Amino acid sequence: MKKAVQIISVITLVIFISAFTMYEAPLVDNGYKIGDVAEDFSLKNIDGNMVSLSDYKDAKGFIVTFTCNTCPYAVMYEDRINDLNKKYASKGFPVIAIMPNNTDVKPGDNMEAMKVRAKKKGFTFPYLIDEGQKVYPKYGATKTPHVFLLHKTDNGNVVKYIGAIDDNYKDASAVKAKYVENAIDALLSGKEVEQTETKAIGCSIKV
Amino acid sequence: MLNYNKYTEVLINFKAMKLKLLIVAILIITSCKQEHKSAAESIDIAKKEVDTINSNNVVLEVYDYNGFEKFLNKKDDKTYVINFWATWCAPCVKELPYFEKLNSQYLDKNVEVILVSLDFPHLYESKLKPFIKKRKLKSKVIALDDVDMNSWIPKVNQNWSGSIPATIIYKNDNAKFFEQSFTYQELEIEVKHFFN
Repeated sequence: MKKAVQIISVITLVIFISAFTMYEAPLVDNGYKIGDVAEDFSLKNIDGNMVSLSDYKDAKGFIVTFTCNTCPYAVMYEDRINDLNKKYASKGFPVIAIMPNNTDVKPGDNMEAMKVRAKKKGFTFPYLIDEGQKVYPKYGATKTPHVFLLHKTDNGNVVKYIGAIDDNYKDASAVKAKYVENAIDALLSGKEVEQTETKAIGCSIKV
Repeated sequence: MLNYNKYTEVLINFKAMKLKLLIVAILIITSCKQEHKSAAESIDIAKKEVDTINSNNVVLEVYDYNGFEKFLNKKDDKTYVINFWATWCAPCVKELPYFEKLNSQYLDKNVEVILVSLDFPHLYESKLKPFIKKRKLKSKVIALDDVDMNSWIPKVNQNWSGSIPATIIYKNDNAKFFEQSFTYQELEIEVKHFFN
């Protein structure tokens, strides 16, 4: 009898799983690839204002960084994200930070907590919330921190680099390759980005 | 890749739409399972490559990627379930009991679970080891400490973006990679694919 219930349960499960293969869902794997044009967005900043890439008339590009309060990797990179903005905003590449997590799952990432964190760390860049989680899947962000470097062209904001900020999460002073800085420096001097994609461990975006 | 996409997609929809049903199914299945006696610890004695830390009465093998790689390349007809996790990763911690259960329930099916912790080295003593002790983890736990992630993540799997939890199931030359969370039933289904 027990066996029968088990078998029926498994069969029911399998039927439901196969039934839903027909569905089309927005897939993270379908996110932007190098060379794609990134869509603009309008997301709420911690100061209450809505922010779009098109607001930045003089920008040459953007360091779009998916990050959050609660991921230890993201926290380890907070100072470095701040430094990136300080170094490159004036050169035309500001940091646009986006918090992609579902705040019902991670209350520590809600707007109030974002405000507190930004104030404590002295964020000099907009820290936006991806309310409704519509933006991160378009980018194909899977984790925090996850950087997408955009280059503004006549055709739109072209994705030039996807990945990590550098090659040593533990120790900023031991970094050998500053991936994001190298990519921006190349763009600023009219060259192609050499290393266009890197991988790093991060916290999965909470849905 | 396509299969993986499809699978994730299925899960997303499935989870969203039929969560209740899934829970009911899980309850039925788990309540029917007979609890085996907790499995013996892994008999595989790996020798240390980097460091072995023994305090808190917990022995922790710590590897860099070169040292760790052998755990992904065993060809002994055993089905290995390699789960990348960390104590700070909530979805990882949530699914750990399923891996533990798999390890004990499928011991006689020649399945071994290896839990690869990506915890920060400075927290091995204060977080990871107390966690292993408190949860009485029976599966083999090892720590991977290698900062040059861009060099080793693609070696684990080309499609891994680097988020955890992530899991590899393999037997000899046949492997499948998952960048996702599991339920026990999902794990069972995937592992059983390797029995044929």
